[in-house]
Amino acid sequence: MKKLLFLSLVAFLIVVLAACGGDGDDTAGGDADEVETVGTDLEDATDLTFWTFAGTHADFFASAAERWNEEYPDRAIAFTAETYPFDQMHNNLLLALQSGSGAPDLVDIEIARFPNFLQGDVQLEPLNDLIEGELDNFITERLDIYGKDGNYYGAPTHLGATVVYYNTEIMDEAGVDIDSIVTWDDYIEAGKQVVETTGIPMTTIADGWYGIWPYITQRHSDFFDENGELTLDNDINIETLEFINQMVNEDGIAEMSPGGNYHSEEFYGFMNDGGQASLVIPMFYMKDFTTYMEDLEGKIEIRPMPIWDESDARTVGMGGTGTAVTNQSENVDLAKDFLYFAKLSEEGNIHLWTELGFDPPRWDVWDAPEVREDNIYYQFFHDDIFDILLDIRDDVASVNITEHTPDVLDEIDTNIMHNAIREQSQTPEEALREAADRVRSVMD
Amino acid sequence: MSATSATSKNKQNKLMKFLNSKKVVPYVFVSPFILSFLVLTLYPTIQAFIMSFQRILPGQVTFVGMSNYDRIFNPTFYKALQNTTVYMILTVFILVTVPILLAIFLDSKLTKFKTIFRSALFIPSLTSVIVAGVIFRLVFAESDTAVANQVLGFFGVDAVNWRYNSWSAMFLMVTLASWRWMGVNVLYFLAGLQNIPKELYESAEIDGANVFQKFKNITLPFLKPIIIFVSTISIIAGFRMFEESYVFWETSSPGNIGLTLVGYLYQQGIQQNDMGFGAAIGVVILIIIFVVSLIQLLLTGAFKRSDM
Repeated sequence: MKKLLFLSLVAFLIVVLAACGGDGDDTAGGDADEVETVGTDLEDATDLTFWTFAGTHADFFASAAERWNEEYPDRAIAFTAETYPFDQMHNNLLLALQSGSGAPDLVDIEIARFPNFLQGDVQLEPLNDLIEGELDNFITERLDIYGKDGNYYGAPTHLGATVVYYNTEIMDEAGVDIDSIVTWDDYIEAGKQVVETTGIPMTTIADGWYGIWPYITQRHSDFFDENGELTLDNDINIETLEFINQMVNEDGIAEMSPGGNYHSEEFYGFMNDGGQASLVIPMFYMKDFTTYMEDLEGKIEIRPMPIWDESDARTVGMGGTGTAVTNQSENVDLAKDFLYFAKLSEEGNIHLWTELGFDPPRWDVWDAPEVREDNIYYQFFHDDIFDILLDIRDDVASVNITEHTPDVLDEIDTNIMHNAIREQSQTPEEALREAADRVRSVMD
Repeated sequence: MSATSATSKNKQNKLMKFLNSKKVVPYVFVSPFILSFLVLTLYPTIQAFIMSFQRILPGQVTFVGMSNYDRIFNPTFYKALQNTTVYMILTVFILVTVPILLAIFLDSKLTKFKTIFRSALFIPSLTSVIVAGVIFRLVFAESDTAVANQVLGFFGVDAVNWRYNSWSAMFLMVTLASWRWMGVNVLYFLAGLQNIPKELYESAEIDGANVFQKFKNITLPFLKPIIIFVSTISIIAGFRMFEESYVFWETSSPGNIGLTLVGYLYQQGIQQNDMGFGAAIGVVILIIIFVVSLIQLLLTGAFKRSDM
């Protein structure tokens, strides 16, 4: 008996030690990929730290810090922007807020992760006092997605208006006039013509939320209603998923996207080589075009989404990143004022467009001369980008985010799109109902 | 002044003497390990155990009894367990048998360019798995023009959607792991081969033993401790596998074909912000690894050997 006990102890130690003596784990802890500093040489400057997962966002805030220090020398900031890999940054933040130390002053939180930070006692500072006077100038749906109980916790990065990017080279070859595409029926007809004449698919469908969320939101449906009740398997969603299924598996005008999404190396190469005739995705994808798909310069035209019927929204605000101030900041007021300056003010919103190519969440700048000035996005695409936006401004549908949104997104990635569209092992109705049941079991 | 410094010197000497005494010095030497073990391993293990009975939100930590454990045994968990077990068995088999053969080839006098082969096999283990994953994903992309599908096409086989079938998903993970760890395991076995006295082979040859008899009766028995060691670490590494799945699908694979136990822990604990549930999964993984390792070590007789 004693011997067995000893053996168990030895085995236990081996297991614990081996299990802990890890190899270099690339996904946890560790240093920032890149650190940018502004104003650290200034006297009396107050330290502000910012975490993000996108190098472009770090550049954006660094240039805002430079402008801030010029404008408010008496409130100068020594600004440090640290860029981490996506998962690592969110994990570190979660643990820092959970444990009560180590969090930065300002932080970028992606929309799918935002609900995690609104649970329990919220560890972020409300931004209401900054924006309440100016709510009319915002597309307020974009503020609501980072809010809880009437408080706004995140400064939006863009409107994320979903549009259709048409590859005019392919559309011309197929003899389709893109301005004649008004309804989704037109879109399907055009798609058939494209496939027939060129052999190229009209579009591709992502395995993730890009493949369903914009479409159901356009029809004023969602995964959750405004009371937080799960509506994942309601009739509109089933009908819409059947429509997606029809495009892919019946009409054959769409394929599943290479790599399963629109942000993978496989997809960039495919799209750049003229692999598909059109792409339904939010405006912020412009940056991806100019960065990863240079061959398409001058060939892409942006148009609003087609609709099913008159009551549908002309566009839907999708995706997003909210910048938040944490309650661990020693200078909450300064951090909030700087955040307003960088991202919520008119000037900040203009820079969101000129520096990042994002459609600003404040619509009152869409007409501003600085926004209308020539830049690489107008050169890559065309001049009337913001006229399209102004035209559909009153018709922006948005999404409801709850603490269980991450569960639904996971079901979409893992089961719904795969089973219903790619493998067709379930009908759209079965896939949605089953997924909804699983989410409900977590919600109780 | 000088008096105080003398006493402090005296004190120091006494302390040094005490630390150097035969009874104490072993503990001094092992103390760094013991301390780091207590702080970095034992404390988190105990803490994780406690957390597995809690629901954890910022500022709101509540005990919820067994409810985390009640939720664990669901279809998704069983799917993860199944994937992990299959993966573990395949990697243990491949990463023990193939390296032995490779090591024997590399040890043979007849092989040329040994150093090149040795380094070529070892380099993958130095590569970041994230970088390797990107390359693997491109090689095994679903388009007809991807390398793997072109090779299949050459043999007249249809293109495969590598990342979307459950058999090919397992193939990808096992291939990536085998590619990464092959070189390291070859090194273990090469070291083991150096310990075999050459005289044994010579006398076996005189007795007329052929290659296979020599392998079976001399090489294998001498390599047994290494085989036990390599298979033990492979079993444990198999159960706690995470990266090989993460680089292909991150945390959400279609139909959970790439979900592993640790992936499930990460997905639920961190991504869905359910740390209590994640901790409970961790405790279950620990128990599983413990039991399997114990069985394996008992079966291979590892405890009977003094030189393990």
